[in-house]
Amino acid sequence: MEAISHAGACVGILATDGVVLAAEKRVTSKLLEPEMRSDKMFQVDDHIACAVAGITADANILVNWIRRAAQQYTYNYQEPEPVELLVRDLCDLKQGYTQYGGLRPFGVSFLYAGWDRRHNFQLYHSDPSGNYAGWKATAIGNNNQAAQSLLKQEYKEEMDMEAACKLALQVIGKTMDSTNVQPEKLEFCTLTLEDGKPVYKELSNEEVEAIINSVELKKE
Amino acid sequence: CRQERSREELCVEGAAAHRNTMDCLIALRGDGYVLVAADTSFARSILVMKQDEDKILELDDTKIMGMSGEQGDREQFGDYVKRNLALTYYRTGEALSTKAAASWTRNSLAKALRSRGSYQVNMLLGGYDADVDKVSLYFIDYLAAMHEVPYAAHGYAGFLVLGLMDRLYKPDMSLDEGIALMQAAIKQLQLRFLVNCPTFMVKVVDRAGVREVQLGTAAAADAPQQ
Repeated sequence: MEAISHAGACVGILATDGVVLAAEKRVTSKLLEPEMRSDKMFQVDDHIACAVAGITADANILVNWIRRAAQQYTYNYQEPEPVELLVRDLCDLKQGYTQYGGLRPFGVSFLYAGWDRRHNFQLYHSDPSGNYAGWKATAIGNNNQAAQSLLKQEYKEEMDMEAACKLALQVIGKTMDSTNVQPEKLEFCTLTLEDGKPVYKELSNEEVEAIINSVELKKE
Repeated sequence: CRQERSREELCVEGAAAHRNTMDCLIALRGDGYVLVAADTSFARSILVMKQDEDKILELDDTKIMGMSGEQGDREQFGDYVKRNLALTYYRTGEALSTKAAASWTRNSLAKALRSRGSYQVNMLLGGYDADVDKVSLYFIDYLAAMHEVPYAAHGYAGFLVLGLMDRLYKPDMSLDEGIALMQAAIKQLQLRFLVNCPTFMVKVVDRAGVREVQLGTAAAADAPQQ
């Protein structure tokens, strides 16, 4: 839990037409090869994505697990797995590590963004204990209390994706160490519906820049 | 866990598959309903054990599954499917779609096929899905082949009945038309099939749920004339 509270912040917001996940990239160096795997955002299946905060090595194991579990479900049932079921199964695994065997728990918190036919768009949060809950908007990682209180004030029920992205940016900006919000330090991903099918998108730096500008313009 | 099987075992199993063919199992889907019919005799060799065996399992309130083949396997596998569907319902708060249930069933059968305990059961699984207001019918055989079909039959019954259904079936038939077609098919079986099938159990699944359909007796049923 300690490790997670020091990890890069992640914010998730549920909108009427999608879910947005935003994360602060902790490690930024000119020497880092950009387009290689992110350590914050992961696509799990066509209809599910997640953001992580905590020990990266642990996160990789768990993301691999849920990716496999989602495909296993589709293999058996020929249908995409309901989001809550996937979250719950992972949480059962995490819980096992708190009760049996003398192993240490996984030091990762997750934000899951998903869509299924029954419940439409959903946002879930889980922690190392294996507890999980559904959220309209939530944050994990560094400064998440500040982020949560800002979300409580600013979140509105009928937000669309555009408004949700802007709010996510504002909140992430608040939690970040530096005062200057730059696209290179952020990761944004969205889950929306196109032609009735869920679409996962990682926003490019230009698109993030556009959101930053739209938020700044509003302030002026 | 898997174990090597002797050649003898495999030969016996191949021959035993022949036993699947004697049960009469027919189904068709029409406008908002699926009809499944199965004969009600349970026979071993030359003896008829009982004449009132219900081979159409009610998986839940929107799905039925007619089963033919080894009686023990029918009961075991049928119950296994039914209980797992129930478990899914309690775990997730909603029932599986017909397609998902059929896929899971087929998958279980496939896993068991190359293991010590395969199931020799043929199935016709029909179900209604409220979220899309549609019915579907799945043909699954004991080798875990599966397909969604408008009408189907397992075993020898197919030889006698599919030709008739090819001729008389129309998509979106009303329930009355479907029942008439089913009666015609059953009449053919009772006329031409070597094995005596005096009584049939017929069930329907539609928007209103699952229920039994009473057909007229063999003597009273009038087949549509060609």
